[in-house]
Amino acid sequence: MSVSLDEVKRIASLARLAISEEESLSLATELSKILDFAQAIQQIDTSNIPATTHVLDIVDVWRDDAVKPSLDRETVLKQAPAAEDGCFIAPKIV
Amino acid sequence: MRTLHAIEEGIKRKEFSAEEVVRFYQDRIAKHDEEVGAYLYCYPSPSDGIPIGLKDLLATKDAPTTCGSKILEGYHPPYDATCVRLLREKGMSFLGKLNMDGFAMGSSNENSAYKRVCNPWNTECVPGGSSGGSAAAVAAHLAPATLGSDTGGSIRQPAAFCGVTGLKPTYGRVSRYGLVAFASSLDQIGPLTHDAWDAAILLGMISGHDPMDSTSANVPNEDFTKHLTGDVQNLRIGVPREYFAQGLDPAVNAAVRQSLSVLESAGAKLFDISMPHTEHAVAVYYLVATAEASSNLARFDGVRYGLRNTTGKDDSLIPMYKNTRASGFGPEVKRRIMLGTYSLSAGYYDAYYKKALEVRTLIQRDFLDAFTKVDVIATPTSPTVAFKFGEKSADPLTMYLSDIYTISTNLAGLPGISIPCGMDKGLPIGLQMIGRPFDEGTILRAADAYQRLTDWHDLQPEGFKI
Repeated sequence: MSVSLDEVKRIASLARLAISEEESLSLATELSKILDFAQAIQQIDTSNIPATTHVLDIVDVWRDDAVKPSLDRETVLKQAPAAEDGCFIAPKIV
Repeated sequence: MRTLHAIEEGIKRKEFSAEEVVRFYQDRIAKHDEEVGAYLYCYPSPSDGIPIGLKDLLATKDAPTTCGSKILEGYHPPYDATCVRLLREKGMSFLGKLNMDGFAMGSSNENSAYKRVCNPWNTECVPGGSSGGSAAAVAAHLAPATLGSDTGGSIRQPAAFCGVTGLKPTYGRVSRYGLVAFASSLDQIGPLTHDAWDAAILLGMISGHDPMDSTSANVPNEDFTKHLTGDVQNLRIGVPREYFAQGLDPAVNAAVRQSLSVLESAGAKLFDISMPHTEHAVAVYYLVATAEASSNLARFDGVRYGLRNTTGKDDSLIPMYKNTRASGFGPEVKRRIMLGTYSLSAGYYDAYYKKALEVRTLIQRDFLDAFTKVDVIATPTSPTVAFKFGEKSADPLTMYLSDIYTISTNLAGLPGISIPCGMDKGLPIGLQMIGRPFDEGTILRAADAYQRLTDWHDLQPEGFKI
């Protein structure tokens, strides 16, 4: 199992991470090594074994659709890198 | 006045006031924290309660919360984590926010974006991670107790390395609302303390069902100290042979076995058991935890909070995301986001992520099978004592393997405690005890009984004694 340089760049793009050429090289080596190690689990027979995404036997719950106090808009927006008129400002998209 | 219960007693008897206790610890921090590096933020004037420290991934509306990462530098949460709110309601006071590996990813605290934490027992050694600041603060008496979080051993391993008691509660016992998420199906908040008694006190304060966390279990809260009878007569302790295999340091092996014979002399019964899927836990963990992390950390996008980097040539949306995340996350966080994104991506999902979740079921079944025969499972917390700075940081896989004894507990959602049980080359050794789901009472009882019979938990590092 080895992760190619192109693969690393594709994954980085999916993960929205800018990476340098140097970083892609070391990530390719490190990810290959870790995935090689993880390869051992392929040998285990898991036919008829369900996946455990969650250990507790609980399901999503409903709450009453009642109006409750929520976080103050101005306090929340104060943490944003850019905000104006009660809104977050993001770079222009369209 | 080292423990919470001793402090509580002293205040009740009017030997000292809560205000004096707070000042005592503030003075200790002023004098010693430059050397230890446990605190990322100190409250200038804490309230007059019994003071504790908080790992810097718990949201506090009156203090910054960085998660040990540059991407949250200067972030002031607009709300308190549920456990923080509960502690305030019970009159507790906070000394400050504690250093950690960025986003709780690490086993040595070397991944903090801010500064290193030294092990008070030997300042050339790591304190463990990711709750390294939380463990070192208790060991060096920079707080009588602290809260940490544990996704794969991040409370228990630093507790072992620093010679303190660390408890990871059952998944769902403590609300995760206001805990910066790493791996949502594994994360739990828990106490680091001087003894099991204090762990029981703090656990009782922060537990309980919380409508703000949909994975918070609806089980009644209890006074965990009522379990601490000192009695381990006929307690069945399973000793899994896979945890005493190759890679275990002989001194750690000897100390853990010695501690088990102490419990045996007190009436406990030891059983040789097998947990056949143990060897696959590290692989499963690093696939599941990184997959969850890659999804959780998608929220750090430079729009709603934290850092935004618009210094790139192209400052439109996608390049802004990429540059913000590239400059805000540390190398280990990036590595794990990459690994998680890989195992969730089309073409690899079935072979990695889904396969890991199936093997996770087998690991959980190993535990549930064992718990039909025994009440507690005892193992070393870590295969070695604290290692030196730089010793494992060059190779991520070597670092991951140091979590080998703690991660299965998270995969199975079980409670686990680490308590000091010996010393080697001047560094503490940890004994881990794992319990049935929501049976923290039994592991706390066994830990407390052990601490009544031994004094490893009373040892103090040279230079930091009180």
